[in-house]
This record gives sequence, structure tokens and C-alpha cells, in this order.
Amino acid sequence: MSVELVDKYSVDYITAFSKARQEPQWMTDLRVAAQQKSESIAMPKPDKTNITRWDFNTFQHQANETERVSSLVDLPDHIKKFVDLSKQQHNLLLLKNQTNVHQALAPDLSDQGVIFTDIFTALAEHSELVKKYYMTEGVQVDEHKLTAVHAALMNGGAFVYVPKNVVIDEPLQAIFWQDDAELALFNHVIIVAEDNSEVTYVENYLTSHQETKTVANVIAEVFAKDNASISFGSVDHFAHGTTTYINRRGIGQRDAKIEWALGQMNDGDTISENVTHLLGDQSVCYAKAVSVGRGDQTQNFTAKIVNHGKHSDGIILQHGVMKDSATAIFHGIGKIEHGGTKANAEQESRVLMLSKHARGDANPILLIDEDDVTAGHAASVGRVDPVQLYYLMSRGISKQEAERLIIHGFLAPVVNEIPITSVREQLTDVIEGKVY
Amino acid sequence: MSGSTLEIKDLHVEIEGKEILKGVNLTVKGGEFHAIMGPNGTGKSTLASAIMGHPKYEVTKGQILMDGEDVLEMEVDERAQAGLFLAMQYPSEISGVTTSDFLRSSINAHREEGDEIPLMKFIKEMDAAMDYLEMDKNMAQRYLNEGFSGGEKKRNEILQLMLLKPAIGILDEIDSGLDIDALKVVSKGINKLRSEAFGCLIITHYQRLLNYVTPDYVHVMMQGRVVKSGGPELVERLESEGYDWIKQELGIEDETVGIDA
Repeated sequence: MSVELVDKYSVDYITAFSKARQEPQWMTDLRVAAQQKSESIAMPKPDKTNITRWDFNTFQHQANETERVSSLVDLPDHIKKFVDLSKQQHNLLLLKNQTNVHQALAPDLSDQGVIFTDIFTALAEHSELVKKYYMTEGVQVDEHKLTAVHAALMNGGAFVYVPKNVVIDEPLQAIFWQDDAELALFNHVIIVAEDNSEVTYVENYLTSHQETKTVANVIAEVFAKDNASISFGSVDHFAHGTTTYINRRGIGQRDAKIEWALGQMNDGDTISENVTHLLGDQSVCYAKAVSVGRGDQTQNFTAKIVNHGKHSDGIILQHGVMKDSATAIFHGIGKIEHGGTKANAEQESRVLMLSKHARGDANPILLIDEDDVTAGHAASVGRVDPVQLYYLMSRGISKQEAERLIIHGFLAPVVNEIPITSVREQLTDVIEGKVY
Repeated sequence: MSGSTLEIKDLHVEIEGKEILKGVNLTVKGGEFHAIMGPNGTGKSTLASAIMGHPKYEVTKGQILMDGEDVLEMEVDERAQAGLFLAMQYPSEISGVTTSDFLRSSINAHREEGDEIPLMKFIKEMDAAMDYLEMDKNMAQRYLNEGFSGGEKKRNEILQLMLLKPAIGILDEIDSGLDIDALKVVSKGINKLRSEAFGCLIITHYQRLLNYVTPDYVHVMMQGRVVKSGGPELVERLESEGYDWIKQELGIEDETVGIDA
């Protein structure tokens, strides 16, 4: 933390915050240790983006009084539209200003031992389970200053646990709604899918404001055990005033499958990294992400898959649209470790530029320490193809509508992967709002 | 309903500074089928692209009129709204946009806002046209032209022609790369449109298509101009004798305009 932050969020403050939530001692200790480390370790240095002037210091750590939500019907429209109210049963967790205001899980799932709750409830009710996965094998506390600050100040999140052999058909949906403009989200999500289990999880980061300065520091740790399958979808939509760090980490064991479909729609400066370690043989990861940059925002995206296991298969797809004077870089990193024979690392990064002043770059990297592998990459940065426009317009479609079709088509590989219809439609809406 | 009239007067067109069309004159009226023939590189496809407004082609002189309206002043979408349609030789592939969504957007572009085609009616019309063209119904849900075979792309162009029902259709080498069965199907689609309300300009390199779609008028292009016009009997003579007799008649040595046009 910066000197001011260390003073403001002292060991005493953090201990009191933890005790007020009746957290287990291990968590209090982890927070305090992280606070102490945070003073000395350096900020992350995302490749090709200078973040030294980014404001990670202006925020409130706790919300003002948060009104409860008595019924989903009473939610404001911009939040409600993400929930499919026509459904009888939701598997839904709604955090407003990091307070759990609504939680629902199909009874047959809880009967089978599925856990889907906010991180504080999980700490209270399943302390040992959370302890096993919380910043242990996935993200480390001391990776850099932002992970340490996150560990010290974590103020919300979700915990998903799917026991062995349990297959969940209906997606789990978590909505993190930042209604208090100054409140920082130090949000921590853990998903554990035990052997042979399957789960689909979709999270939405939503705000009710635009310009107020604050911070989002989000970590998700996703564990797919042997032959487990996790499909993870997101719509990130933090406001222009929010400086954002997002770190989503996956670990796949033997025959596991992790699929990411990330809609990266923040309006403020953002570092977002999505790293998956395919530890087990035959494990598979599809990391798909789309983003739209507008205004003056600067963004740095990393999609990385590390193949450790034999015959492991990693496929990265990133598509970005840049308008106004937005800047973004897309790093795609495929890494095959020694011993990962017959592994496959593929990636595609494409950037579509809609304005002269926008800047976009695709940075494909393959790092291979094994001989018997396959790998490939494709990267491009370009404008809307005038011949495609001509073709669509020759059927009477207006230029604006033709551009719209081409842009939606360009982002479709990820949008179509979002597993909840209402969220998919909302992502389309968010894209529409950002592009036009 | 009587048809529209497309008039092309003394049309000169350049691509990247090189003049391809050097004064084309042609009039197509509703109810008429015109064929434009000629060896490769004589400007046939350039004429089609210039009429529709391809961004690479620059009209340097002459006029294109649709029912007296200046087509050259129109944007590409306005040309389509005015009743022009070009079945392209190389249709673009548009990833992420389904053929069905594209077709519906195209149909709605020709209708007033608030009067969009009802979904069921659209599906019925599309299915009927696809059946007529013996197309695989799955194509509607595939991304537009992406991964389509040459034959599928050509059928998809004729499908659009049938659904959009333009006043004047221009078919740019719709027969190239088609096997005989596909050629028959595509011809069937074109012939179905024959009416007083529909005029057609068929650009082809081969006589084969014209065995199935009989033109009322036949024009031969060389060196960026129409050098010979006649009736359907001209097709037969070209089939048996080739183009050399025209070159001799007109004293042309090199019929091309110098680049692949």
C-alpha cells in the first residue's frame, strides 16, 4: 500500500474489520500479514502499459448504510435486467455494496452439498474449505502490491463448491452491484469443482454511477479437479471513474475443462489478466474474451494458458473493439512447460479500430519448452473492411447498421458463449451502448 | 406494375488510376434480360461493380440513371433502395452474422421503420426460397458466406435476389464455378423472377448459362466498351465461332484493358 493507505488501513483497522465480521483467526492473520507485505512489494508492471500514474488509492473501503433489497422485482431497472425474473428458480447471489442482499440456490443442489454463498458466510460456515483454496494454490498474496492489498482489504465475494459427481445444469449467477459510488470492490471469488462435477457460473460487475473516483481489485480463483468442468462467464462493467485490477486464475487437473467467456466492458482504466494452468494430462482450457474500449480509457489485457499436462489443450481467443481515443493492448500467451508432450497451444487476437485516435495492439507470445507439441497464433489490428461494408450496404442496409452487424459479428464468438440468456442479451446491450 | 429503367451513358471508370471502362452505353428496362459477354479482362465485372458503387472503382465520366435519378449521387445502400441488386462474383464473408439475420436485416432495410417483416412470415418466405434453390436449411444459421463452397455462395446470392425482388438485377458471373446441377438450380431461380417488373443484366464469360436463361439482348464487351449488340442468335454464333471474328471485324488486336477487370 502507499504510505497514506498503510496509515489509513493499519493493522489495527484490518484486525477490527476482520473481527467485526467474526472471521476465523487464519483469515485475520492472512490479512495482517498481507498488509505488512504490501508496504514493501512493488506494483505489477503490465507489459507495454505504464500504470505509475493510475490512481489505486482513492476509495472508501466500507459502504455507507446499504438498503436491503426486499424483492428482486424492486431492483432498479439497470440491475434487474440482468436477472431473468420469468424463471421459477434462480441460483442467484446478489451483493449490493458487498453485502449479501439476496441468495437463492435450488434445494436439490444444497441437498447434494453444493455451496453457493458470499465469501463471509462461507468463512463462517466452511472455514476449512475456504482456507484450503483462498490464495494458496491459485493467486499468491505476494505476487505484487495489488494482490497483497487485495488480501488485506478483501471486502466481499462469492464461494462456490460443487461436490464430487454433482452436475449442475442451471447456471449459478452472481451479481456484484456497486451502488455506493466511492466504495471499492476488493472482491474475491472461489470456485471449486470436485472430481467429475460440472458447473456454469456467470458473474456481473455493475455500478450505478460514472465519474466518482474509486477502485476495483478483483480476484477469482477457479479449481477444476479430475474430469471436472467449469464454464465461467462474466460481464465486467465498472464505471469510468473506477480504476480496475482483475485477476482470474484457473487450475485444471487431469481431464478437467475450464472455459472462460469474459465480456470486458469496463469504462475506466483496467488491467485484466486471465491465467489458466493446465496441470493435468488431457486438461482443456478455452479462454475467450471480448472488450470494447471507448473515451480516454487505457486497458491492458492478458490471456495466458500454461500447459503442464500431456495432451493438454489451450485455446485463447480475444477480440477487441477500440473507439474514440481508447488504448488497449491484448497479450496472448501460450506457454508449454517441459514434459507437456503432445500439448496444443492456439491463440487468436484481433483488434478492430473504429477511430483514428484509438490505439490497439495485439501481442501474441508462444513460449515452448517441449519438443513434441503443436502451437499456433493469429493476430491482427485493423479497421472495418470497406468491402464487407459495401456488400452489406448493397442489400439496402444503412452504413451504420452494416457497421453494427460487423461489430456484433466480430464480438459474437464470446457473446454467444455466455450461458444465461438474460446476461447474454445484456452484454449485447452493453456493447451497443459502448459502441454507439 | 411496370418496371424500372437503368440507363448507362458514356461510362468511364478507373481503378487505382487505371481506366477500365472507356465509354459504356447500355439501357436495361423492366421485363428485359440482357447478357453481357466477352473474354476475360474486358471490363464486364467493372461495369457491375461501378453500377453498385464498389469503393475501389471511381467513375470519371458519364452517367448512370435509374428511372431518371442520378445513381452516382447515391450511397451504396440508396442504390439498393432505388431497386438495384448485384449478385456478386466474390461475396464477402461476414463472421458472427448469421445468413438468416443478414437476410432479415436486408428485407427490413427495404421496408419502413415500424413495418418490419413479421418473423414467421420471414421464415416462411426464406424456407420457400431455399427449397426452391435446393439449399441446405442449416445454411440460414451459418455465418454469412463463411466456409461456404463456391456453389453455396452463388446460391446464397440468388436467394437474396429472390427475397429482395429488386427492379433491376445484375448478375456478375453467377455461373462461374458451378457444376451443371447447380447451374440449373440457379437458372431456375433467375427465371422465376422473369416479369414485366424485373429487368436483368447477366454478365458471363460462358455461353452455358444462357442455354438455361434466354436473354432478349446480348452485348459483347472488349477494351472497356460494348462493341457488339444483338439478339439471342449472337450467343450461338459466339459459341460456335468464339470472339475472333468480332476482333477481326473491328480491327481489335488485344481485346483486354490491360489488367484483370
